[in-house]
Parts: sequence; structure tokens; C-alpha cells
Amino acid sequence: MDYLSILLPIAFALTMITVFMTICGYSVLAERKVSSWIQGRVGPNRTRLPLVGHIPILGNILTGLGLFQPAADGLKFLFKEEIIPGHVKVGYYYLAPIIALAPALTTMVVVPFGRYVDPNGVVQPLVLANIDVGILFILAISSLGVYGIVLAGWSSNSKYPFLGAIRSSAQMISYELAMGLALLPVLMWAGDLTLFSVVQSQKSLWLCMWQPLSALIFLVAVFAETNRLPFDMAESETDLVGGFHTEYGAFKFGLFFVAEYAHIIVGSALFVLLFMGGWNFLPGIADPWSDGIVGTVLSVLWFMGKVFAMIFFFIWVRWTLPRFRYDQVMNLGWKILLPLAIGNLIFNTLIIALYDSL
Amino acid sequence: MATTKVLKRKPLTFAEKTFIPQIATGLKTTLGTMFKKSVTLQYPEERPVIPDNYRGVPTLVKDPNGREKCVSCQLCEFVCPPKAIRITPGEIDSEAEPDRAHVEKAPKEFDINMLRCIYCGLCQEVCPEEAIFLQDVFSLSGYSREEMINDKEKLYELGGTLPDKHFKWDKKKSAEEAGNPHH
Repeated sequence: MDYLSILLPIAFALTMITVFMTICGYSVLAERKVSSWIQGRVGPNRTRLPLVGHIPILGNILTGLGLFQPAADGLKFLFKEEIIPGHVKVGYYYLAPIIALAPALTTMVVVPFGRYVDPNGVVQPLVLANIDVGILFILAISSLGVYGIVLAGWSSNSKYPFLGAIRSSAQMISYELAMGLALLPVLMWAGDLTLFSVVQSQKSLWLCMWQPLSALIFLVAVFAETNRLPFDMAESETDLVGGFHTEYGAFKFGLFFVAEYAHIIVGSALFVLLFMGGWNFLPGIADPWSDGIVGTVLSVLWFMGKVFAMIFFFIWVRWTLPRFRYDQVMNLGWKILLPLAIGNLIFNTLIIALYDSL
Repeated sequence: MATTKVLKRKPLTFAEKTFIPQIATGLKTTLGTMFKKSVTLQYPEERPVIPDNYRGVPTLVKDPNGREKCVSCQLCEFVCPPKAIRITPGEIDSEAEPDRAHVEKAPKEFDINMLRCIYCGLCQEVCPEEAIFLQDVFSLSGYSREEMINDKEKLYELGGTLPDKHFKWDKKKSAEEAGNPHH
């Protein structure tokens, strides 16, 4: 029994990491495919695995969709020559990609991805660690991701990575404020810091419908926090070569790459949980999920579907909008989003105060 | 003197300042292109349609009887702007083609350096015998500089036969057999 209580969480964690990394790999594929469709191209459609790829019709469809491509991408990163430029600070240089990936994997622990009904008939979240300060934990840990970028830029000992790191850290600090302040009204309405209760409070109406401003600010801030276009100040291929990962190659670059997508997935999951009703079916319609195992699986699938839609939205925006100039990013963050978020917070506080005094 | 017209820039509306309608329009455009047919050609399997007047790799052609049309006059070598053509003139084998031998010449060697060629088509234009043509081969590749020099054999292989109606040597032969009415 004692062994089981130790082994089960480990098994769950390993399963979760496996699923999460697979989704990361396939987000990379989705990025490549969606970008190619948007640009009128075909995208990866050549990689074919030996046995599965040669099943008569199915194999061709899978190959055409590029479903074997993530494996090839991963192997490529693994087998490439590990080049370490002579001018880097070796210890920090190795540490940076790990620090970039670790926060994203850590935040995953407190993200609930479904619900089940326990024997007592109480609805419980499906989550690795159901801690009371879920949102605070996510905000605290995910902002550590900037250290990976800063370390990478600094230890590369080269000017473009350094510029990328500076930009990215400034940007992340600016948008974190707006992000936190946009979240506060949501938490005040939910009255709780656990993500589960925020989701349960959206049974009848999704939060993005009656807190659209919060949702918008949070969405923009998530784009900025994940360093995605139109806010990819850290990379800006056109003006900074590759930004913070210019000096990285092979598997270390792969880690940065995966970390970017891990952040996107966690960001999407967070947005879905906070503003799009999590695993709740549709606004105004009661959940059709039954109490049994089928209902649990359906709720997980519905939640995943929403997350995938958000990931698609992230990719879609990336291939639509051009990059902001650095000063525009700062203007937007400090002069527009932050005042808006503060105003929104005050407005909601007043309404809650009025509501409570009535 | 005319005065320069200064255009007034229309101030942005509030909606435009928020970027949101523009972003929505952009997203709509990209979503539209997502469902259009892609324009990519799956290159090695699918080849582009080469227009008839395409100026590809210069090649040497033979006449319908399989004779070399080139008489190694070296005009193309002379006109070639980047000096890509090098011709070594030679005699025609008198045993293989007794009526042509000692009348015309033929190139012993005919090299076109494709690393120098600029595909201008002047060789084709200048050739009095219609022996050199820029045809539809468009992709050349090789592992060494030597490989990129097309020799005579390669040029004839690329060129093939020109279905012209001149039949220069047939006419000469029939005229010889029928006698010349002017003499």
C-alpha cells in the first residue's frame, strides 16, 4: 500500500509528461502545417515510418499529413553535432535550455484537465497536484521561464543573443503586470484561487463573455509571455539573427524549441480554464458528461479540444500579424494594457462592493 | 511653378487605434487562404510546364537522316559572350560518309562550359546551319567543375533530332544523279 501511494503519482506524472511532450511535438507539426496552408504551400509530407507508413491507403494519408514528421525532427536534433562556441560561459550555457523548459513542465502539474465524480458524489478535478493557490503557482513559476532566455542571452557572450534576452526580459516584466491585474477581477468573482473552482463557476456563462476586457488583456499578455508573434522580441529572426538561441544548436536548441511550445500549451490551457469554461460543455447548456468513467473521458477530451483550438489560434495569429516594433510593444504594455487592467480591476471591485452591500 | 500638393492624412478612428478590426480582417484573410488549394509543385515528381520558347541548356541537333548539322564554322564560339563554347574542328570520316567527307567539316570536339553559359541564345541565333538550339532542359547539376562541361556526346544526347525539311545532302545527291540542267 505504501509503495502504491508513492508509485502511483510517479506513474501519473510520467504519463502526463509523455502526453504533454507528444502534444508539444505535434504542436510543432501543427505550426508547420498551418503556416504552410496559410502561405499556400504543402508543408511536411515526405517522412514515412517503415511499417505504419506502408499500410496501403492509411499510410499515404498519414504521410501526407506529415504525422511522422515530429519523430524525424526530434531525431535530427538528437543526432546533430553538438557545437559549443568557444566564447560561451559553458555552465550557464548548458543550464539555460533546462531552465527554459523546466517551468513549463512544472506549471503543468497544477493545470486541471478534466473532472470526475468521486464515490461520495462530489465533483473533483483531474489534476496531478490540487493545490489551493493554483493560479498564483502558475504565475510564479511560468515567469521563471524568462531566466532561461536571459541566461541563454548572457552566457552566449555574443551581441544578438544578448539584445534578444534584454528585450525579452523587459517585455515579460511589463506584460506580467497587466496579466496579473487582468486576472484579479476573475479571481474576485470566483472567490477562490484554485483553477478548479474558477472552472466550476463558469457552468452557466463563460468568463470571456462577461469579462471580455480581462480576457482580451490576458490573451495579449499570454502572447507576450510566450514570446509569440506579434511579440517575439526575443527571437526576431529579421533583426537579431535568431535572438537568444543564436548560439545554440542540436539538442539544446531543440529544448528551447520544445519549451516555447510547452509555454504555448500551458498558456492555452490556462486561457481555456480561466475564460473559456474549461471542460464545461457550452455556455447555457448543462454538461452532458455522465458521472461514470465515460463522462470523465468526455470532459477531458472536450477540454483538450478547446486547448487545441487555442493552440491553433496562437499559430493562426503568428502567421497573420507582423512583429511589433520594440517601442510599440513597450507602449502597448505600459501605456495601454496596464491602465486598462487597473481600470478594469477598480470597476469590478466597485461592482462587487455594490453587489455585496445590497 | 506649381505648388506641391500636400495630402492630409485621415486621423485613425478609435476602432482602428485598438487594432482589433484590422487584426480580425487579417485573420479572416489568412483563414481564407488556408482552405485554398496550395500552389506548390511537388518538384522532382511534378515538373513545371516549360513554355515552347524557353531558353534552356544549349544543345546540338542532328538532321532527320542522323547526320551532324554542325559544320564547325565556329561562329557560335566567336559570338558567345562569356566564351563558354570551345570547338575543335575536325575532318569527316571519309569511309563512313564518303559524299560529305572533304566537302564539309565537323567538330572533333564541341564543349560548352555550363558554368560560364549565360543562356543568352546568341549561339542559336548566329548558327547558319541551325545546328545549335537552346531547349527545355532547365536543371543542371554535377559534383565537379569537369562534370559541368557538356561535351559533344552529351550535347547530341540532349539535342536529339531536328525534324527540318532541308535535306541538304539528299538534294545534293539527287541533283548529282539527275544531272545539272544548267551545265
